[in-house]
Amino acid sequence: MSASNENLKNMIGQEYKDGFVTDIESNSFLPGLNEGVIRALSAIKEEPEFLLEWRLEAYRHWLTMEHPEWSFVEFPKIDFQDISYYSAPKSMEDGPKSLDEVDPELISTYNKLGIPLEEQMRLAGVAVDAVFDSVSVATTFKDKLAEAGVIFCSFSEAVKEHPELIKQYLGTVVSQFDNFYAALNAAVFSDGSFVYIPKGVRCPMELSTYFRINAANTGQFERTLIIADEGSHVSYLEGCTAPMRDENQLHAAVVELVILKDAEIKYSTVQNWYPGDENGLGGIYNFVTKRADCREDNAKVSWTQVETGSAITWKYPSVVLKGDNSVGEFYSVALTNNYQQADTGTKMMHVGKNTSSTIISKGISAGHGQNTYRGLVKIGRNAENARNYTQCDSLLMGDQCGAHTFPYIETKHPSATIEHEASTSKISEDQLFYCMQRGISAEDAVSMIVNGFCKEVFKELPMEFAVEAQALLGISLEGSVG
Amino acid sequence: MLKVENLHVSVDGKEILKGINLEIGTGEVHAIMGPNGSGKSTLSYILSGREGYDITEGRVLFNGQDLFEMSVEERAWAGVFLAFQYPVEVPGVSNIYFLKAALNGIRKFQGLAELDAMDFISMVKGKMKDLDMDEKFLYRAVNEGFSGGEKKRNEILQMSVLEPTLCLLDETDSGLDIDALQVVAEGVNRLRDPKRSFVLITHYQRLLDYIKPDYVHVLAHGKVVKSGGPELALELEEQGYAWVDEKLAS
Ligand SMILES: Nc1ncnc2c1ncn2[C@@H]1O[C@H](COP(=O)(O)OP(=O)(O)OP(=O)(O)O)[C@@H](O)[C@H]1O
Ligand SMILES: [Mg+2]
Repeated sequence: MSASNENLKNMIGQEYKDGFVTDIESNSFLPGLNEGVIRALSAIKEEPEFLLEWRLEAYRHWLTMEHPEWSFVEFPKIDFQDISYYSAPKSMEDGPKSLDEVDPELISTYNKLGIPLEEQMRLAGVAVDAVFDSVSVATTFKDKLAEAGVIFCSFSEAVKEHPELIKQYLGTVVSQFDNFYAALNAAVFSDGSFVYIPKGVRCPMELSTYFRINAANTGQFERTLIIADEGSHVSYLEGCTAPMRDENQLHAAVVELVILKDAEIKYSTVQNWYPGDENGLGGIYNFVTKRADCREDNAKVSWTQVETGSAITWKYPSVVLKGDNSVGEFYSVALTNNYQQADTGTKMMHVGKNTSSTIISKGISAGHGQNTYRGLVKIGRNAENARNYTQCDSLLMGDQCGAHTFPYIETKHPSATIEHEASTSKISEDQLFYCMQRGISAEDAVSMIVNGFCKEVFKELPMEFAVEAQALLGISLEGSVG
Repeated sequence: MLKVENLHVSVDGKEILKGINLEIGTGEVHAIMGPNGSGKSTLSYILSGREGYDITEGRVLFNGQDLFEMSVEERAWAGVFLAFQYPVEVPGVSNIYFLKAALNGIRKFQGLAELDAMDFISMVKGKMKDLDMDEKFLYRAVNEGFSGGEKKRNEILQMSVLEPTLCLLDETDSGLDIDALQVVAEGVNRLRDPKRSFVLITHYQRLLDYIKPDYVHVLAHGKVVKSGGPELALELEEQGYAWVDEKLAS
């Protein structure tokens, strides 16, 4: 390998910064999965009967399901009896407390990750729900949000405080039988975030959930449910990290978004789970079901994701465009390096009239990384004047990596307008030499090229996240000119 | 300014440059001519620091410093500029951003502050006007989709913005129409300066009608086989390179 290829490698393969382990006493279930485990989990959470039943239905259905094999990723068979389905810091045993009572070890963990939870240091204008292994440890700015009528709390708390909302909306976007991992999640999910924005309310601050896996041999199965009632608006951010471990760990989340008339949700993710080492050892398996339901007219949802972590990423944030004039957007940057694999994309299901969707996908592959875009645009029988624009670009670094695109289109209405563009490019030694000959360092040159490549997606992220995302890719903001 | 001594270079065990000697004084313009495959581009790549070559013998001094001790960027910062025979496309990166990053890299090395955005833009626009380039090129990605001639012109724009001290132009005239050739030559002439040296690699006397060289060298089979004044280029134009082989054979 030549020196500049080496350069490239170093740049992309920056060390994983969030790989430390928090030394904290945890209570975990023994590995294994059966109805007893689910009952125990539900009991710890003091859940109402309907939820336990819901879980058990999901579990019984899951037992009949086959592990999906259609994706473009490879990994050894997962032994679901070898995973612990619940782990919580001992200090959190008695449920959510006020922040003063939260274990300082936990607070310091989040500080190290750049997510201060203490009142005086909080991120200005961002409310955070911090999920550590299986439980939510703290939610900030609750009072301020309550003034606006916004409910933002852990899922477990929502089950206790707002069971009617949970009963009304849970599983209405992603049913508990939807797919293998969604069914597993429905059976064993431990916590997550819940958001309800009342009619006509513009959420006064960004909401964010920060997921942290700490314990070994546990899976994280969280569930997020966001409901934007008529005419409301919310921007929600999600961040994720995990310690470096040699074993693979499973993260199988479900996110459901319900968008009612004239409402809008902007959902942004910066996913930086531990990707495994340079030989492909360890790392998170990130198998996620995310779906938004534009249930009524003029509903709008926008998914933006920057995926740099995980050994395997497998997710397709999707939109069901039921309401007339509803709008779905998907902006994605997925980077795979070393032996990482990503199979990601979206589904846009046009049901209502005059619905429109936009898909911008940027895949970056380096090392032995494999990056797959998989997308489905479906125009239903009654979806008059539906429009879709899809743009799908791949950037390759080196010659050991791969990029694949599988765009599927199904049209059942002749009035549909569908545009698709795709490109594949490479950062070559020639480009690096050219930049360096002009006095631009190799590092800056790669940043410049990658940043240029991702520009259309980064501009969709809220400012703080855009900065984090760029730092993550090891790149800096392009100057004010250009 | 530049002193090349007994330079031997090979690629994959095949010797391409076989003992080049060349001395370029400050403020001088040297033309290098020679048949296809004689090693002209290779020489320009070696001087600018491209990887993939084995330097088996010889050395190059740049202002008294060992050039081979300097990285590609260090050479650029110190004033070495190569106008590429085949300029490279950099998709997604606008020309103006690229120019600014390059200039600021060099200014940083010189201990100068970054140019203010407004000053920078007006400076670049001035240079574009001199080169008869449309301002819209500033906002297009570097060389992406540029025609052959536009790419060459863009190289000269970069050179005028970066103001290097040793300018290596590898066949900048190839692919230019008559008018463009004149514009580019004027651009080069504007940069001529007692403190700046040029190496013009070309196949055509035509370029040398516009840019008068002080010396002309003929490179063949990896060696400088003849050096002389501007009249040598005229001779070559008349006789071609056949005599080179005769000379080498004898
Ligand atoms: N990386 C390489 N691998 C193999 N051969 C090479 C390599 N680089 C140069 N050569 C060979 O070295 C010789 C000199 O090439 P070079 O590009 O320097 O010629 P040139 O004088 O610039 O020719 P032209 O006038 O056609 O531009 C050629 O025979 C070329 O094929
Ligand atoms: Mg050449």
